[in-house]
Amino acid sequence: MTAVGERNSLGLPPSARYRILTTYQTIAMVGLSSNYYNASSFAAIYLSANGYDIVPVNPSQAGKEILGRPVYRDLVEASASHPRPIEIVDVFRPSHEVLAIAKQALEIDAQVFWCQLGVINEEAAQLVRDAGKSVVMDRCCKIEHARFFGGLRTIGLNTGVVTSRLARPLPRG
Amino acid sequence: MDDRQFGIDTLAVHAGQRPDPVTGSRAVPIYQTGAYVFEDTNHAANLFALQRFGNVYSRIMNPTVAVFEERVAALENGIGAVATSSGQSGQHLALFTLMEQGDEFVASRSLYGGSFQQFDVSFRKVGINARFVDGTDLRQWKAAVTPQTKAFYAEVLGNPTIDLIDIEPLADLAHEVGVPLIIDNTFASPYLCRPLDWGADIVLHSATKFICGHGTALGGVIIDSGRFPWDNGKFPGMTEPSKGYHDLRFFEYFGDFSWLLKCRAEMLRDYGPMMTPFTAWLMLQGLETLHVRMDRHVRNAQVVAEFLDQHPDVEYVNYPGLANNAYHELAAKYMPKGPGSIFTFGIKGGREAGRKFIEAVQLFSHLANVGDAKSLVIHPASTTHQQLSAEELRAARIGPEMIRVSIGIEGVDDILWDLDQALAAARRPGALDAVPFHNASGHSIMSKAFGAPFQA
Repeated sequence: MTAVGERNSLGLPPSARYRILTTYQTIAMVGLSSNYYNASSFAAIYLSANGYDIVPVNPSQAGKEILGRPVYRDLVEASASHPRPIEIVDVFRPSHEVLAIAKQALEIDAQVFWCQLGVINEEAAQLVRDAGKSVVMDRCCKIEHARFFGGLRTIGLNTGVVTSRLARPLPRG
Repeated sequence: MDDRQFGIDTLAVHAGQRPDPVTGSRAVPIYQTGAYVFEDTNHAANLFALQRFGNVYSRIMNPTVAVFEERVAALENGIGAVATSSGQSGQHLALFTLMEQGDEFVASRSLYGGSFQQFDVSFRKVGINARFVDGTDLRQWKAAVTPQTKAFYAEVLGNPTIDLIDIEPLADLAHEVGVPLIIDNTFASPYLCRPLDWGADIVLHSATKFICGHGTALGGVIIDSGRFPWDNGKFPGMTEPSKGYHDLRFFEYFGDFSWLLKCRAEMLRDYGPMMTPFTAWLMLQGLETLHVRMDRHVRNAQVVAEFLDQHPDVEYVNYPGLANNAYHELAAKYMPKGPGSIFTFGIKGGREAGRKFIEAVQLFSHLANVGDAKSLVIHPASTTHQQLSAEELRAARIGPEMIRVSIGIEGVDDILWDLDQALAAARRPGALDAVPFHNASGHSIMSKAFGAPFQA
């Protein structure tokens, strides 16, 4: 598999991103918006349709529901209340807020700390790496999933996936 | 799954396709369908709002076309591609994705005549204004920039005088100004030159040429590097809410592929010049041998250019592969495998000699195309560039003596033979010998010479 559009080392190589998306299932989305047409909703709708367990975290919506799921105030509350352990923390917040979120992610023992497009915080990245967990920054979970499982193919994007192996059945995404 | 960067020859054969999971088909299937069944109403709504990826309607996407798009994107080292019905429609979509009424772009004057007309006549009608410059003079590019400038545009090898664009400094200037550099890479193909690797932001092709390779279908393709910072303040269409999609902001939502998605979801949807699945399939057949054909194209072209350069009936040859060409060093930098197989030469004796030459060729085909496996010839001043005024022709350095050839992949000795005999015929005074070109039933007598099932 080839790497295309690797803008910085914070994205991890494609094989590592592929492994993350095939290993883990429960994703806490920090900063998931209640606006159905916000970018974060696009990701949540897509990932949920593809079998991931989405856990909304958004203090301004705590106690309400987003996409039919209960919203938690922070990662600690989400971890305590959600029936399954949170494996990936996916951040839709500005870069300067990321360090505090990373500390919480380590507190709840999340395996992957993932920040969306444009969200970069080197200090937080180092902290998470030092704790032995995986970090991805400046990447979108949804786009990466679509890269490996066919969605990007439908719109002519260069997935970097070159293989003679049979494709998986058409994804629901 | 290991990380390996495959070479361009391998990508030409494989990129963009995984064998079909249902049938196991190794060849790319032709998905000859207009539309695609939704799972349920929710799925349909999500697809229409761009919240999920999937096939909706073949004007906007098609699985066969998508394989072609991804393969070309891989060959150009781009983030993705949008295929169109022709090279002209590709230019149209790419430039209209960037511009609104009142905007401008700067373009090299050394362009295909059809492109020049598109920019100079049709685009002006809707208030999108090109400023033409001498593509080799950076000062002219800089002087033509205004606050409305939204792009720089040039052909990698200008048609037909084969002026080579120095991509790196032009890309630097474009980025200093804050606009993308668009390069039409048709005459080089991604095998000979990858403009995105030299700093260009968007690459276009008339896929009809080397990509298709056999003159069997028309098509275009737009490739994006995914690197341009669309949030630099000059492209509100990328950062402000889109009226067509629930106020979605393309750059924020889709990051590096947002420009291509806007091109597809707005421009291709609204103007409609998509590539058909059958055309995409023909293009894919072409791409699988791109590297093999191009090696032969440039090898033949070099031999032919050297032959013409020494020929007493030839005034000049515009081929950057020749050491005496002004672009020889640039060509060695940007196209080390060879500067394509399309070039021009001047025949002694001007327009009349040119006419006789074209009437006398027997293997070359006289037609308005380039980049075919077959050798082709045309007289630009009276055909591809005939809409240009005398002054514009002079500015584009297209004289009445100029003949354009596209050297094919036939045996090079046969190509040289044909040129030599046609040059000799052009030199002879008076009308050409009356050649009995057709038999009584209208078949070309040449068909017998080339082994066709000719019956007297």
